[in-house]
Amino acid sequence: MAENSVELRIKGGKVYDPANGIDGEVRDILVRDGRVVDKVSEKARTINAHGMVVMPGAVDIHCHIAGPKVNLSRKLQPEDHRLDVHPGTEVTRSGVGGVTPSTFATGYRYATLGYTTAFDAAVPPLAARHVIEEFHDTPVIDKGFYVLLGNNMFLYDLLKQGRKQDFKEAIAWWVTAARAAGVKLVNAGSDEFWKGRRNDNVTDVNEDIDPFDLTPLQATAAFIEAVDELNLPHPAHIHCNNLGHSGNVQTTLDTMKAAEGHRAHIAHVQFHSYAGELGKRVQTGSEAIIDYINTHENITTDIGMVMFGKATAMTADAPLTWMLRFKDTKWVNADTECESGCGVMPFTYQDTNYTHTMQWAIGLELFLLSKDPWRVMFSTDHPNGASFQTYPRLIRLLMDRGFRAEMMKNVNQKAISTCLLPQLDREYSLSEIAIITRAAPARALGLVNKGHLGAGADADITVYTDDENREHMFNAPRYVIKAGKLIIEDHEFVDDHIGRFLHTEPEHDPAIEDQIRPFFEDYYSIRFNNYRVDASYLHDHEVIPLRNSGGKRKKGSK
Amino acid sequence: MSETKTTEAAADEPNIRIVEDATCTFCGCVCDDMELTVDLDANRITKAKNACVLGRAWFLQHGIEDHPQAMIDGREVPLEEAMDEAARILHEAKFPITYGLSDSPCEAQRVAVAINDLVRGNIDTTTSVCHGPSGIAFQGVGESTATLGEVKNRADLVIYWGGNPAESHPRHFTRYTVTPKGRYIPNGKKDRYVVLVDIRKTPSSPVADQTIRVKPGRDFELLWALRALVRGRDISPDIEGITGVSRETLDELVERMKNCNFGVLFFGMGLTMTRGRHFNSGALLALATDLNKYTHFVAKPVRGHGNVTGADNVVSWQTGYPFGVNFHRGYPRFNPGEYTTVDLLARGDADAAMMIATDPASNFPKRAIENLKKIPVISLDAKPTYTSRAARVAFMVATYGINTGGTVYRMDDVPITLRPAFDSPFPTDEEVLTGIHTRLKALRANGRKKAA
Repeated sequence: MAENSVELRIKGGKVYDPANGIDGEVRDILVRDGRVVDKVSEKARTINAHGMVVMPGAVDIHCHIAGPKVNLSRKLQPEDHRLDVHPGTEVTRSGVGGVTPSTFATGYRYATLGYTTAFDAAVPPLAARHVIEEFHDTPVIDKGFYVLLGNNMFLYDLLKQGRKQDFKEAIAWWVTAARAAGVKLVNAGSDEFWKGRRNDNVTDVNEDIDPFDLTPLQATAAFIEAVDELNLPHPAHIHCNNLGHSGNVQTTLDTMKAAEGHRAHIAHVQFHSYAGELGKRVQTGSEAIIDYINTHENITTDIGMVMFGKATAMTADAPLTWMLRFKDTKWVNADTECESGCGVMPFTYQDTNYTHTMQWAIGLELFLLSKDPWRVMFSTDHPNGASFQTYPRLIRLLMDRGFRAEMMKNVNQKAISTCLLPQLDREYSLSEIAIITRAAPARALGLVNKGHLGAGADADITVYTDDENREHMFNAPRYVIKAGKLIIEDHEFVDDHIGRFLHTEPEHDPAIEDQIRPFFEDYYSIRFNNYRVDASYLHDHEVIPLRNSGGKRKKGSK
Repeated sequence: MSETKTTEAAADEPNIRIVEDATCTFCGCVCDDMELTVDLDANRITKAKNACVLGRAWFLQHGIEDHPQAMIDGREVPLEEAMDEAARILHEAKFPITYGLSDSPCEAQRVAVAINDLVRGNIDTTTSVCHGPSGIAFQGVGESTATLGEVKNRADLVIYWGGNPAESHPRHFTRYTVTPKGRYIPNGKKDRYVVLVDIRKTPSSPVADQTIRVKPGRDFELLWALRALVRGRDISPDIEGITGVSRETLDELVERMKNCNFGVLFFGMGLTMTRGRHFNSGALLALATDLNKYTHFVAKPVRGHGNVTGADNVVSWQTGYPFGVNFHRGYPRFNPGEYTTVDLLARGDADAAMMIATDPASNFPKRAIENLKKIPVISLDAKPTYTSRAARVAFMVATYGINTGGTVYRMDDVPITLRPAFDSPFPTDEEVLTGIHTRLKALRANGRKKAA
């Protein structure tokens, strides 16, 4: 593309590219036609990065940035937008901020933190079109989503009937039809309890999900196995049962054990690392969880950290938001037929509160006890644990034990006195930060050209001023280059960019449609022929290769 | 383009095309099971299988009119010239406003917001004169809701409040909410109890197992009494005198609501556009939410236009607010009553207006229309209207869902892709708006050069 044909030489920066074993070495990064290359011509524009830190653009593996639940949250909280406006510039669109910013503000604000790729973690297939439409209006970053299949009624019918092969084919069909990058499970089995049993919820992973003759654990295991066998680039992305409940450590361990022999990604594990008794005070369960993850290479995870301040509970786990609701807070529930539930509710984490402090501490503990940064990745489950706009502060908490100690003085002391955090003095290095925010998520997602700066990589690059205060540093990159285009220069936007849509296309037997179609005619309210997202929605897109395809990328075409 | 499944007929009648699973955009039901028979010679739809009485009229009476694509002051001009003039008007205006949008696909709506962001204008949709109060109520209390298929599969108690779908949304009952059999509603209507709350008997009444007649203007009092009873609080002994509904009827309804398995409250403009407005919608949404302490309960406004829900969604994702959005300060601000079109026009604030797929000159209050007549108007519509006839620049655009593709959102936020039946000689509204947007960007760039 002509707009990417600019050549760049990012000169003399300290490069952190852990995927290629480069840890702070001073070297030049060369860019041509949107890619990192070995050579550029004399005409290449030079960006002086002396003394600066150069990293690949960051990749958010788990956030909620587009689609119906996010838009409901935007509509629900005008008070949030009013306090945080986002003026346009000559090259960028205007918008509003807050915990769930408008689409344009979302893209630009991710870019101003050095993020160039993000994945929305929970999209009902029926809403896929909506998500992709919002993605077109979410600038700079590349983006994709995981499709919610973990409460899909048709798939549960297949499991009940023991039709394993059809189950696998149907998953592949759904991923392709919705144009997803992965498969998401949320509180497997809970939809039937919530919608069909008067707002009940799953409490035990081994209880029966009437009418499917199946337990949540069996369903979860079946999805993990099928997604792995389909060779999807990213394994089953799992929001375990019993999120947020004291004592849910056991559920999380049971779920991970059910994944033995297969790849699985446990999402926002902080919310699933609570010891103690159900209904009683949360205790830290971080050691039990991270010990298991440290010793089981089939598991990847993102932490879902909590930061104090305004957040928004936003999840396909509708019963959870109902549980969190107190004093008649405004609350949204939105059921999607045959596919999913959804809850949205404004929520504020308070440093004076025991539970909130415990959640904040557990997120940090999990990171500080992690032995493999390649499998334990950075997230806040934006906007559930905190807005993505808190990432720089959280990064500083990981990198700076003095800052941590200072903050610990001003939070709920009862919680701090019972958790492990005060005893942990590890500090993350810049290289480790580059792994948990860049290299590891790219690898876990099968994005062979992201998360690193080797020749052939997408030229998504951030250049930070090296500042001892890591919060300041990660809050404002000096330069952001997206797909070879200079977007931010000296902290200012100099150009706009739409970004690319990322999805995957597992092979499947087209005959599976004949099985799915009759179910549609009976139980859906739109026609089967109008369900698949057609190619007109894809615009600039890229198909993420399957694991068995030798890693060759397909350039998307209409 | 969408992968439209069409069947070109056999050689002996080569000009008939069948379009399966086409979508009707006449009302917010957005039924996507139309089977259209198209006579390509005559540019007409001759049959619309599955369409209701409104849908049949929408499809069968649609023809390509002999009308210029573009006019300035009633005189035919080339399309390009009209786009130049429209851009000039918006560029020079100090307070340009855009209104309508609910009968345009999302692709066009997105460009309309972009134009207003660029010229620092004001964008508003027909939501502000229909379910705007429901949007305001939503900001205050939230909403427990569901897609229509969920109602079909699970709802055993269906309540309509302040609406007459038999006439306004004829297939709402039959396709989605009352008669269809669903997963847990194997016998359709027999498995449901249907209640209609309204101020009078309507053609919808025969569908209901029970009709409750509320005194005009007393919806809020009735809803608030129901909330109190659901929470076990006492209510006025004279509730019948206040609302026209007896205590026994209320107690029975409350028990029914608390004891159903999956209840739904649909509400219409009888609630949102009468005394109380967003208080009424808010009371109803809060009632549905309260009932979730006992069972699963949802609520849903029954939206009118084919893509008014899309307009809400697009304006929300681009600006954070659903309607009545002003860009004068270079970022979106929301204030219904200040930035809603009727109010802006009635006060005489606007100095140029772009009206997209709407006819305010025929249905706005008198003072608003008088002021509209004083300013240059740009109109985009698929039919000549009072507004287009009086417009400075009038574009005749192709009809969405019949002549153009694109995306629309059903009243329950489900996005659906349109399958056009036949081509139109007129440009799409997206094409016209994109042309204006491009010209505006050039005008601004020139302005910057001159200033420098």
